[in-house]
Amino acid sequence: MELLIQVFVAPFLDMAGSPVFLLEVIINGLLTGVMYSLVALGFVLIFKASGVFNFAQGAMVLFAALTLVGLIERGVPGWLAIVISLGVMVALAYAVERWMLRPLVNQAPIILFMATIGLNFVLEGSGQIAWGSNVKELDIGIPDASFDVGGILLNEFDIYAALVAAILVAGLAVFFQKTAVGRALRAVADNHQAALAVGIPLKTIWIIVWSVAGAVALVAGIMWGAKSGVQFSLALIALKALPVLILGGFTSVPGAIIGGLIIGVGEKIAEVYWGPVIGGAIENWFAYMLALVFLMFRPQGLFGEVIIERV
Amino acid sequence: MNSNGKETLLQVDDITLSFGGVQALSHVSFDVAKGEVLAIIGPNGAGKSSMLNVINGFYHPQSGTVTYKGRSHRQMRTHEAAAEGIARTFQNIALFKGMTTLDNIMTGRNLKMRVNFLWQALHLGPARREEIEHRRYVEHVIDFLEIQAIRKIPVGRLPYGMQKRVELCRALASEPDLLLLDEPMAGMNVEEKEDMCRFILDVNDEFGTTIVLIEHDMGVVMDISDRVIVLDYGRKIADGTPDEVRANQAVIDAYLGLSH
Repeated sequence: MELLIQVFVAPFLDMAGSPVFLLEVIINGLLTGVMYSLVALGFVLIFKASGVFNFAQGAMVLFAALTLVGLIERGVPGWLAIVISLGVMVALAYAVERWMLRPLVNQAPIILFMATIGLNFVLEGSGQIAWGSNVKELDIGIPDASFDVGGILLNEFDIYAALVAAILVAGLAVFFQKTAVGRALRAVADNHQAALAVGIPLKTIWIIVWSVAGAVALVAGIMWGAKSGVQFSLALIALKALPVLILGGFTSVPGAIIGGLIIGVGEKIAEVYWGPVIGGAIENWFAYMLALVFLMFRPQGLFGEVIIERV
Repeated sequence: MNSNGKETLLQVDDITLSFGGVQALSHVSFDVAKGEVLAIIGPNGAGKSSMLNVINGFYHPQSGTVTYKGRSHRQMRTHEAAAEGIARTFQNIALFKGMTTLDNIMTGRNLKMRVNFLWQALHLGPARREEIEHRRYVEHVIDFLEIQAIRKIPVGRLPYGMQKRVELCRALASEPDLLLLDEPMAGMNVEEKEDMCRFILDVNDEFGTTIVLIEHDMGVVMDISDRVIVLDYGRKIADGTPDEVRANQAVIDAYLGLSH
């Protein structure tokens, strides 16, 4: 009985007792969620356009961040380092199309998935051979200070991260909805055969998509790297993107954003209000629990396409 | 030039295509004159769709050549075919279902876009001007096929007959010289069929587009085509005007069955 009250009643009383604190938890959750969305976005882009579940997205984040930090350590000015890193990610996209996607064209999705696992190892390995495996600090000049708004404690860095993510998403939305290239990308994502028939060159489209995903990985790498240092574990945040995708649906850009936000808020609330009862560290597994529940009741995610097979 | 003194646009020569042990096409040859409406008919599995797929490069035949606009190809490539002005529609509709009618048709202009990719991505200056130009042409085709009202609707929500019309519209948007239509009237009711016939003839008249179509409805075929070729088990068994084909004994046997 005591336990039931602790689990089902006390947390809500706490919430009601201090709405300002609840708001602070929610806002902080949203800000963390934005960071998850950044990673999930890369997955969605590639999955939509080429039907490949890119296991190496996390490694791409690590690789991009390592390249950037490595360049900065060698005295390259920050802006130039970003431009060069972007160039490296585009070159990577080109190489992936040439040596991975092209030889495997028309293979089953699972084969492509396996190939991306290989790519994952190649990227992790080569990134560390080139730039070393120490934890590196990435200082992009955003102060990591907290300040107070009407009793709510906010972190300046998180605000910047949210801003960057918002700009990125808005940019991608315009790119996809308004430009001719974006239209071609959507066309390929929708129907390969029809895209071929109207003469959209699939190879070019793949290079573009992987480049865009590389750019998103770079942004995610910069934000995560600046927050928690550039290190091997960056590749593991990709694991956190999985529940985000299950929630949001693999094919939906807005889904990736909202999925990330829900996970961010959910795990913060769970940690703060239920953590003491269960024993803490809920943040580490809450996202996966939520994803499991979703898989049972809404496997296509919140915004994914419902797959109806005609027989 | 062919025997009738008309310019030849497309010539397929001795095409053989097989999938494993299945012979889809064997030694098929025919030509298509510029401005002609040619129908390919034949029982199910005769190789009609395969023939179209060879012409636009989806399938690569084991032997034979496709000569288009005077250039011979062992195998066509889809991208090249599209760039050279071959557009097509599909038996079971290949539209971008999640995109609006307008967006679908605009993809038909994709190959006409000349502005540098970077400008397109940034959607600035020349790219924007070019987009407006293409949009103007697309609106013209939309008016022509009378689908103004469904511009902004995602095509997945349109009724079947309308989707067929949108697919034709997308093919026309690329200003094709050769239009391949795979069963443009399948599954349509009489009214829709009449509309479609009218559009096909109008396209042929107004744009001078050469049309190769596959169709099962014999009434339609006899009405709109200048010439008919008949395939049966991957072989060409007849080639001539609708009247000639109708009187051809081999065709009658293929369709009605032959008593052995």
